[in-house]
Amino acid sequence: MGRVLPTLQKQHAPLASGAEQRATLTTAPLPRSFEESLAQSSLYPLRATGVDILQVNVGKKCNQTCRHCHVDAGPDRTEVMPRDVMEKCVDVLAASDIPTVDITGGAPELHPDFEEFVERARGMGKHVMDRCNLTILLLPNYAHLPEFFARHNVEVICSLPHYRANQTDTQRGEGVFEESIEALRRLNAVGYGRPESGLVVDLVTNPVGAFLPGNQASLEREWKRELERRYGIVFNSLYTITNMPISRFLEWLEESENLEAYMTRLVSAYNPGAARGVMCRSTLSVGWDGSLYDCDFNQMLELGVADDAPQSIFDFDLDQIRRRKIVVGPHCFGCTAGAGSSCGGATVA
Amino acid sequence: MTDHYYNAKDLSRFAEMGEEAGPLWQKFSAWYSAVFAEGALSEREKALIALGVAHAVQCPYCIDAFTESCLENGADAEQMTEAVHVASAIRGGASLVHGVQMRNKANQLGM
Repeated sequence: MGRVLPTLQKQHAPLASGAEQRATLTTAPLPRSFEESLAQSSLYPLRATGVDILQVNVGKKCNQTCRHCHVDAGPDRTEVMPRDVMEKCVDVLAASDIPTVDITGGAPELHPDFEEFVERARGMGKHVMDRCNLTILLLPNYAHLPEFFARHNVEVICSLPHYRANQTDTQRGEGVFEESIEALRRLNAVGYGRPESGLVVDLVTNPVGAFLPGNQASLEREWKRELERRYGIVFNSLYTITNMPISRFLEWLEESENLEAYMTRLVSAYNPGAARGVMCRSTLSVGWDGSLYDCDFNQMLELGVADDAPQSIFDFDLDQIRRRKIVVGPHCFGCTAGAGSSCGGATVA
Repeated sequence: MTDHYYNAKDLSRFAEMGEEAGPLWQKFSAWYSAVFAEGALSEREKALIALGVAHAVQCPYCIDAFTESCLENGADAEQMTEAVHVASAIRGGASLVHGVQMRNKANQLGM
């Protein structure tokens, strides 16, 4: 794989801090606040509707440094979920009816206890999703993972910005496309993406720049046709995800003088239907240190759950979490623009 | 009044054209949305056609709007550049083919 860039943290860049990111977001003049938009849709204050997904961010270490990464993940990051936090996550899952575990990072597979965590969650009958950058599957110590995923029927959600090399490598690093295609072939080889297998592999595409994703259903049809025609690759669903004005993408927006126009675009594309279906209402995000957040984006902005809800997985209380008020900010326009955006793609047809 | 004819920010004010003619604007908007919805052609194909036409009619607002639309719909710079070449070839060819009229007239007038 090609060039790996230093993270914002490694560069001691101001935007490595969540507080600095929040301050930068307020510099873009907006016609109305996110709270005002919610109020106009009779959704303010935004409240959780339940917890269908426990999204566990097991650490910020990654073998890539993608230019749009909202985590500022990379090889130089050292944050890894400690054993006691992971144990507590397992306890919470065992004691609750939360049906789905969404494991993310960084590259979550780099966590030394990743496979054990998957096995224990699957052992409880939970649906397990792994957010995979694909290239990790080619590293010698992780080449067995396609078989591991298949054995445990893990849903693998893979990042691939485009079915052509240029745009993928622009966003994710030189040579990433070729390796990603090889990794998808290996997932296909163990049955992923083939209807008869029941093994699900989804692709995630983020726009390579300051624009919104297109129609998810239309793009999915084109991607399926082109990936099969060009490379013989099959997959289940394509998820389009809007780039959030956070971390490295925020830095790029500022550097390229796109911040104000991009934020204006997000605000002008506000969709009340998407606001009603935002993922934070049915998801709880756990940070590597056990802190609780409404979503992975709030986690990176260091915006914990509301004060009246438990702040740590060690104080977990499902009833309080289910009723909590969601903490919002201007970045939330990223999830409510157009057809909406979530970790599962568009939220409205 | 401004002292120049085009302002990029005016694109976002397009809907003001409905202020004095609401029913006409609503008809235009509904038709416009229907035109660009996926049909026999995909949204990406329609966006590429629109980008080519935008260059042919030399509308800077349309060029901005459909460059973004092409990107949103998964087109890349190579495809978009080819679309502009198609539009340019038709414009150039349209001028050149009129040369036949010129030759016809010249032949008629000449000895």
